[in-house]
Amino acid sequence: MSQQGEELDLRELDDEELVKQIQDDLYDGLKDEVEEGVRILLERGWQPYRVLTEALVEGMRIVGVDFRDGILFVPEVLLAANAMKGGMAILRPLLAETGAPPIGKMVIGTVKGDIHDIGKNLVAMMMEGAGFEVIDLGINCDVDKFLAALEQHRPQILGMSALLTTTMPYMKVVIDTLVERGIRDDYIVLVGGAPLNEAFAEAIGADAYCRDAAVAVETAKALMAKRHNRLAAGA
Amino acid sequence: MTEPTPSVAILACGALAREIGALLAQSGLAQVELVCAPAILHNRPERIPAVVDAKLAELRARGFRRIFVAYADCGTGGELDRVLERHGVERIRGPHCYAFYRGVEAFLAEAERDPATFYLTDYLVRHFDSLIVRGLGLDRHPELLPVYFGNYQRLVHLAQVDDAELLDMGRRAAQFLGLRHEYRWVGYGELAAFVERAVRSSADGRTDHRLLAGHSGTGDRAGGTADGSPRARPAIPRSHRSRRDARAAHRNRRLSRRVAKGDTGSVRG
Repeated sequence: MSQQGEELDLRELDDEELVKQIQDDLYDGLKDEVEEGVRILLERGWQPYRVLTEALVEGMRIVGVDFRDGILFVPEVLLAANAMKGGMAILRPLLAETGAPPIGKMVIGTVKGDIHDIGKNLVAMMMEGAGFEVIDLGINCDVDKFLAALEQHRPQILGMSALLTTTMPYMKVVIDTLVERGIRDDYIVLVGGAPLNEAFAEAIGADAYCRDAAVAVETAKALMAKRHNRLAAGA
Repeated sequence: MTEPTPSVAILACGALAREIGALLAQSGLAQVELVCAPAILHNRPERIPAVVDAKLAELRARGFRRIFVAYADCGTGGELDRVLERHGVERIRGPHCYAFYRGVEAFLAEAERDPATFYLTDYLVRHFDSLIVRGLGLDRHPELLPVYFGNYQRLVHLAQVDDAELLDMGRRAAQFLGLRHEYRWVGYGELAAFVERAVRSSADGRTDHRLLAGHSGTGDRAGGTADGSPRARPAIPRSHRSRRDARAAHRNRRLSRRVAKGDTGSVRG
């Protein structure tokens, strides 16, 4: 039994308590503790995917909700994301070993003229956590870069991010180019970024506006299912 | 019968208070009241439209017939404009204060040429510690510096006044962020003309339809002060404090249960 004032020993917790503790540690941005908790669950025979979804993704979902509600602020979210990244770094190779196919593929990037990638990185991480393969093009991506990546990787989803009022119109340039080339309907186009909203997404011809990373995941899954059903019905 | 001179207000971001105050003082007229919203909203632009909405309603209730809004879009993605449209009020043009200080067209051209630029005005230089360092949590978590600023290459200080101390503070800010420092004295830029129009409107009682409120006020009111003193309003309510407390209490209960089970003696996080 631990003594007063000693560090909490994660190994003393049962599975349920440990998962909750990992979620708490993730909430508090404690990367080392999250990594330790992930390793313990794996040692106890948990499947990597279960650790990912029940401990990390669920923990990050709570962070997202509290951010949306104004309880957490950007620094706390970034620390939590960093902690999750630590856990995912352990799980990623193990997940790859299982050979489970990704549930979908996404190409994502911050649009031309914009170098902000915090939101885009969060979306990429959460999408990966949800089982998507994510090809991250980085920042300041022009239409040619997006098109080349779509051609090369053949994703189902194209994600575009912008933080600036001055750069968000570039999303329309990309979508218009897809239309011109007759490939717009080949992709689910998701857009996000602080100054965007649903009306803007609709106006530029995107499929959806995602106000945060958790919404991006849910929207991606829902639109993938819808697309799948449509294709099945048409087959 | 001569109609009394209508009163004029400028509703501004607190980050512009000093500069607008100086411009109003230069005009020597006391027919324009300056009302400011908290500058900290710079870090939470999604909250600006609601705050401006409330303040416009307040000003209208107080009888101001003409209201100038000294906010750029400020990252609201057009939401602020929708609020202003509802009130029949217009704002100074531009995406950010950096843009109207620099000159909107020149700013946009430069931003396109070199997007990896972090801009500071005199206000942001003065309040760098509170708005940037503490506001972004960099005092507590310096490890986040590359997350926030890793993609930037230079800091451009667009100066409103020629002040050696501010120049030095800007240099130190750039050093803190690990960015190349550039200093440019741009003065008040397009803000000067904007304030001048408000003052002129106050003086001659005419409406500049490019910029002014189209609504009819509840009555005329002699102008307030133009001494540049911002009328800071309370920050937006933090109604979610109880949620945070609830979560902490929940966590404490869970850890208390653990302590009761005798499996731990310490509480982390």
